[in-house]
Formats: sequence, structure tokens, C-alpha cells
Amino acid sequence: MSPDIALWLVQDGITNGAIYALLALALLLVFAVTRVIFVPQGEFVSYAALSYGLLQTGQVPGTVYVLVGGGLLAAGFEIAAALRERARPPLARILVVYVAIPLAIAALAWWAAPRKLDMWAQVLLAVALVAPLGPIVYRIAFQPLANASVLVLFIVAMAVHYALTGLGLVLFGGEGLRSSPLSDAQFGLGVMNVSAQSLWVTGATVLGMLALWLFFERTLYGKALRATAINRVGARLVGVPTELSGMLSFLLAAFIGALSGVLIAPITTIYYDTGLMIGLKGFVGAILGGMASYPLAAVGALGVGLLESFSSFWASAYKESIVFTVVIPVLLWRSIASRHPVEEEEE
Amino acid sequence: MSSRARLLGAFLVVMAAAPAVLADFHVTLLNYVGLATLVVLGLVLLTGVAGIVSFGQQAFVGISAYVTALATTAWGISPWVTLVACLAVTALVALLLGAVTLRLSGHYLSITTIAWGIAIYYLFGTLPMLGQYSGLDNVPPVTLFGFAFDTGRRSYYLIWIITAAALVAAQNLLDSRPGRAIRALRFRSVMAESVGVDTASLKLVVFLYAALLAGLSGWLYAHFLRFVSPQAFGVNAGIDYLFMAVIGGASQVWGALIGASVLTLLKEWLKDILPALFHQTGNFEIVVFGVLMLLLLHRTRDGIAPAIARLLPAGPARARPPEAEPLSRRAQPARGTPLLEVRGVCRRFGGLVAVDRLSFAIDSGEILGLIGPNGAGKTTMFNLITGVLSADDGQIRFLGERIERLPQRRIARLGLARTFQHVNLVTGMSVLENVALGAHLRAGRGTLAAMLRSERGDERRLLAEAARQLDRVGLGEHLFEAAGSLPLGQQRIVEIARALAADPVLLLLDEPAAGLRYGEKQALAALLRKLRDEGMSILLVEHDMEFVMGLVDRLVVMDFGQKLAEGLPAQIQTDPAVLEAYLGGIE
Repeated sequence: MSPDIALWLVQDGITNGAIYALLALALLLVFAVTRVIFVPQGEFVSYAALSYGLLQTGQVPGTVYVLVGGGLLAAGFEIAAALRERARPPLARILVVYVAIPLAIAALAWWAAPRKLDMWAQVLLAVALVAPLGPIVYRIAFQPLANASVLVLFIVAMAVHYALTGLGLVLFGGEGLRSSPLSDAQFGLGVMNVSAQSLWVTGATVLGMLALWLFFERTLYGKALRATAINRVGARLVGVPTELSGMLSFLLAAFIGALSGVLIAPITTIYYDTGLMIGLKGFVGAILGGMASYPLAAVGALGVGLLESFSSFWASAYKESIVFTVVIPVLLWRSIASRHPVEEEEE
Repeated sequence: MSSRARLLGAFLVVMAAAPAVLADFHVTLLNYVGLATLVVLGLVLLTGVAGIVSFGQQAFVGISAYVTALATTAWGISPWVTLVACLAVTALVALLLGAVTLRLSGHYLSITTIAWGIAIYYLFGTLPMLGQYSGLDNVPPVTLFGFAFDTGRRSYYLIWIITAAALVAAQNLLDSRPGRAIRALRFRSVMAESVGVDTASLKLVVFLYAALLAGLSGWLYAHFLRFVSPQAFGVNAGIDYLFMAVIGGASQVWGALIGASVLTLLKEWLKDILPALFHQTGNFEIVVFGVLMLLLLHRTRDGIAPAIARLLPAGPARARPPEAEPLSRRAQPARGTPLLEVRGVCRRFGGLVAVDRLSFAIDSGEILGLIGPNGAGKTTMFNLITGVLSADDGQIRFLGERIERLPQRRIARLGLARTFQHVNLVTGMSVLENVALGAHLRAGRGTLAAMLRSERGDERRLLAEAARQLDRVGLGEHLFEAAGSLPLGQQRIVEIARALAADPVLLLLDEPAAGLRYGEKQALAALLRKLRDEGMSILLVEHDMEFVMGLVDRLVVMDFGQKLAEGLPAQIQTDPAVLEAYLGGIE
């Protein structure tokens, strides 16, 4: 392997790894706060990427139906839950959050799509179409089961994954889409060529992480989420509502997913079911990082990206096998390095 | 005949008659149900009972299917020979994966199984030897004495006889000595260790068991379908198995059968009905399927089997276990022999010295009370003796043997039995079974014997011993009640009965009177006196002075991790240092 190929592989690995890192953070956040192993995270990626691609071609993405339909369903859940407790449903809030906002975003997409606005407007629109799906999914699928076991929550996550993938096929069709890059520019940097797109991806990732860090360190909501992640019962006792932290973490997860989707759309062809694999690679990154520390998860995800890019050079056919097997030696090492006391679940 | 037995009989008759009346297509569908039931059965024990979630069972099915497909087609080996190879390879892989992940905390195993399932799927799809994505075909059928199981109808009996046998074996296993230990794994690992269960090895055994059932299913699958390809062993297959377990009811053996049937048939039905409904083909079934699963879980979180069990009338009252030849007892040391000797023991947590150069001793036949104000280090000392914690410094000898670095279960084996301050019973198990768990080390037959019911002699002796201990503590009337349904006072006494079932040399009680009402305390004190009169030695860590003073022979008082005083209860009551620690100094 010549040095320029190696450098090119490194660049490719870092670009993909940056996206996996974003997803790893989202997965970790959702798991820590809600104990949901959020498999459908990848669907946000593919929904956003496909919506962005369709907007570029001047079509209205099918995401609008999921957004409006899901919003109505969630509103129905809210009203039913209030009625079951014989309380008056807070109609104004429900209508604004679950009906008016999704409708407004959908209407905007409808208006904007044929006009082929500039690229940044399309990026914003694609993210705005997908990010609200997070809280909607949480409200419909997870909030009614907030106290269930990790296993039941996982199964629910799988059910959501099935439903969203199936809808994705109906809405976007089986064809893959690849959007045009944010910028075609290439820079010569010493011996290597750096594409502007990978700079965008890496830059956006770093900015995203910085924003997350500020959110968790500097805002009350961020601190509430951290508190919930560390001790759920304790957080509830001091007045952090479980639903709020669930909603927030899902909103962040969907936002991060949508952002990753827009970033990855020009790099690789996205199909309606590509999301699962991308999300799972983020997961592998999080495992490599020990499922607890955000910086380590990001490092782990970068590692996954690099491993993937180098193994596609050396053993292209075995790429996926290699990426997913790497957890075993890493865990073996962790298992030898750490001594754990006997553990049991909370009943 | 109980209604359950009748239900079982009806089920067997229906299953045996099914191929005679059903069309080929439906028989094939039932074959798939049987194959899935085998895998899900493993998950019921692994996930539902032991609390270890695996998303990768399809990988074991796949490995086994490929081993037999390759060996029978490429090398012409008989399927009966490859069956052994299949199980051996599955076991090897499971042991490796289990050894890597089971010791790690949290949900590592679960997440690792997802990743590893994906890896193996792609490996199947890329290895040229395994036919890549087109798979291997022309797998020969299984033949037995010249009879070939070469059609769906013929395979039906092979698949269902094996599945039925596995269901019965699993039911037997849960209702046995190792089964009780497995049922304690999920929420009560510390307690299980304290009665001598090696929980890490047991988890590995359960993981292995689930993998072997999946391997068996894979072998059957390859020879029934006569063809293997990677698509059947993708991540979705693994998730489907878990779906089946959760929907059927992961805590019950029959949940495997119910879940596998419901999911297999539902998917097939949706595939039929939806295109007609929507007048176009698409992936609607997966959307509807996802939504249906969601609704089902919102309604019944525990799955279908427990919901059905609640509808069935309860079985007849169970009879007390018959008397059986007593279990062998250990030689008890003569009265007055030194039992436990604590010498200069220290334990630090960061900067805090919880136990500071503490020394004391207990002789056989006495009740020693270890008392002290809150935060004096009593519970830490208790944990050091029982092996939950290990000492930083100093020695603890039990019957002359050093135990300060031994794990809990080794200490239990030496004859030291304990109770817990926060009652630590398997709440869903009967009182009798909980106490029988205490006698875990007094019989040795393992998992295989339990599945085949060849350990029934041992089992009778264990249950008879448990019943005897419950009589001894006065709970002989409550043998079959769920342990969690008793009032706290009686649960404490069940804990003592469980400790007694171990035939201990020394009984360690951690604040047994905490949270008890006056009457319950009186009853507990009377019981402990009775035990001492029978020759039992007891170390009592307690808080409640009134309870302790009337009961113990000698007292050790701790304060700030150190020994403040030692002596007869009357001396302690007037000791100025003790009075100051408890009541504050007199200015």
C-alpha cells in the first residue's frame, strides 16, 4: 500500500467514523436516560438522507406523511392518557406540539420542494422534517412502557424499527439515492487530496459534539438529562419528569440522526433500509468505548470507521464481518482487565 | 387428572393427529413452529429466567446448519455423525463467547450478540466454501433404519418429537436443584453465591444450554429444508426469536411454544391477507407486524403464557413432600471449640477506615452479638466474614482455615450460613423451594440429570430436608406459598430456615430484627434460643439493644470501626465507654 492510498483510506475512515461517532453519542444518550437500546436510530439517518435527496430533485419527500400522521397519533395518545386519568387534556399544548408544528413543517416542505431552494435551506428542511419524529416516536412507543425491563424496551425498539423501515419502503421506494455534496471542492494538502465534503462532515461532527457538551454542561435541561442518566429515581424525586427527559433525549437523538443523514447522503448511496447498518456501527463504536463514556465512544466510533475503510481495501468481501467481530477481542481484553463483583438486576 | 394435565394431553393428541388432516403447506408451517420453539426454549431459560438477553441465537442455528450441510454434502458424512459435530462446534463457540462476555457487567453480552450475529451472517455470505449468498443445497435427509425423513410430513414427527422432549426436559430442569439456582440468578445472585452456587459458571451453563438447543434446531433445519443459505440467519431472525420469547411469556417454558406459534402464524397470515387488502405488494406486513407487536406489549408486558395461566383454575393443593432418607450431615465441632477467629482485620473504603484492627472470636455453642451505633462498621465486618468483601489486612480463621480472601461460595462450603438484612428470597418461588436452595451444596447432581429426572432421589431428600427445617422454625404450614407473599417477619424466618438447610457450623444473622413488630421479635428471639439449645452457634449483628440483651451469651461492641468493649450483656450495659457511644458524653 502506497502512502497516498493509506492517507486516502485514513481520510475516508475518519469521515465515516465521524458520522458513527455522532450516532454513538445519540445511542449512548438514549440508553443512559431511557434504557432503550435504540435500534431505529439508523432510520432517522436514512429518512433524513432520502428526504434531502428528494428535496434536491424538487420532490416532496414522503416523510411529511409520517410526520403529520405520527403527530396526530401521538396527540391521540396524549388525549387518551389524560382522559383515562379523568383529567382535562391540555388541548392547546397538545395541538401546538403534535399537530401545529408538524403541519407547519410539512406545509413548508410542500411549498419549498418544487422551488428547489438553495442547498442550506434544503439541509435545514430535511433536518426539520426528521428531528420531531424523535419525540413523536417516544410518545407513541416508549412513554407508555417507561418502567418496563430493558428487554421489553428493546423489543419495542425493534417493533418501531420494523414499522419505520417498512414505511420507508412505501414512502421512498426501493431505489437508492445519493445527493450532491455540500461542496465539490478538493484541496491539495501535502501529498493528499482532501475533499471539502469530508471537511464538512468532520467539522460538523466536532461542532455537534461541542454543542452537546455545552448543552450538558451549561443548561438546566442538559443537567436534568445527566441527572436522569446517573440516577433515574433520584432525578424524579427532585422533580425531573421522566417524560420530559425521555422526550428530550429522543429529540436530540433524532436531531443527531438527521444531521448524520444529511452529512452521509453525498458520501454513500442510501436505501430505505441502510439506516440499520449505519446505526449499528455507531453502536459498535459505543461498545468499544465501554458504553459509558462519551469521549471514549467517539474514539471507538472513529476506530470503527478506520477499520472499515482499511478492511475494505484489504479484504473487501469480509469488511462487515471484520467490523462487527472486532468487539470480541476488545471485550476479551476488558474482561481480563477488570474484576467485577457478582451482579444482579433490580427487581 | 388436573386441568393442566388434561390440557397437555389434548395438546399431544392434536399435535400427533395434525399431519393427518392438514395440507402440506400447513404441516411445513408447523415444522417451522417446532424449529423456532427449540430456539426460543433456550431463550426462555437464558433470558426469561436467568435474565441474560441474547440477540444472537440465530448465529448458533446457522453455524450448526452450515456444519451439517457442509459435512454431509461435501464429505458425505452421515447426518447422525454430524449431529455430534454440530453440537460440539456450537458448544465451543458458545463457551468462547460466554467466557468473554458473561463476566462483564451490564448489557455487554446482549450487545455483543447483536454484533457477532451480524458478523457471522456476512461470513456465511462471503465464504466461497459455504456457497456465498446462494448457500448450499442438496443436503441429504436424515434416515433412521432405512426410513428417510425426506418430506415435510415425515420431518414433522422428527422435529416435534425432539421439540416435545426438549420442552419436557426444560420443565424438569426448572423444577430441580440446578433449576432453583438458575431461577435465583437474575435478581438474587449474591444470595445464590452465599448458598454456594457458582453463579458465573451457572450462567455459562445456561448460555451453553440455550446455544445447544439452537444448534439442534439448526441441524434439524438443514435436513428438513435440505438447503441452507445466509438469509435465514440474519439479524432479523435473531430478533424474531426474542420477539417470540417475549410475546409468549419469557418466564415460562410453554411461553416458547406459544410465542413461536403466534409469531410464525401471524407473519404468514399477514403475508396472505395484506396484499389483498392494499391491492399492491409492498412491505406492509412488516409495518403492520411492528404495530401489532407494539400494541400487544402495551397490553400485556409479561406475554401470553402468564395471561393464559391466570385463566386456568389452580391445580389441587400440593401434598407435603414425603419423608426421605435424610441428607448426610457434617460433623459438628464439640461445644466450646473455637469456631471463628477475627484477628486485626482492617477494611478501608478510600480514606474511610470502616473496620479498624478488629479482633474477636466465637466458640461453638454460643450466641455472640456484634452491636454498635449506626455506621460503626458492623455490616462491613459481616461482609468480610461472609466473603462479600475481602479484608485489606488481618486474618479471619474459620475452623482453623484462613477465609479472608475466599469468595462467598467457598466460605459457604466450609459451613458458614447467613441471612440478609434486606430479605433476599426468590419472590416467585415457593417457601419450600427457597429453603431447598439453602441445601444446594448437600446434593451434587447437575443439569443433565435434572433434565432426565434421574436425580429424583436426591431431589426428594432435598425437599424433605427443606420441609424439616421449615417445621423446625415453625413455618410448616406455609410450604407452598410464594415467598414474596409472606409478611416480613415470616420472610426473615424463611431466611433462617434457608441458612439452617445448609447444615451450618455457624449461623450469621444480619440484623434479623430490623423492621419487625414486637410480637415478631419475641417469636424470633424464642426461635434463636431454641436453636442455641439444640447446639447451634450464632453470630448476630444487631441494632436493637433490647432484642440482643435478653438473647446473647456475649457481646462485642463496635464504634468507628474499632472494638469498644467486649463482655457479658450485664457488663456491657454498665460500661461507661459504651454508654458514652450510645447516649453521648455526660458533660
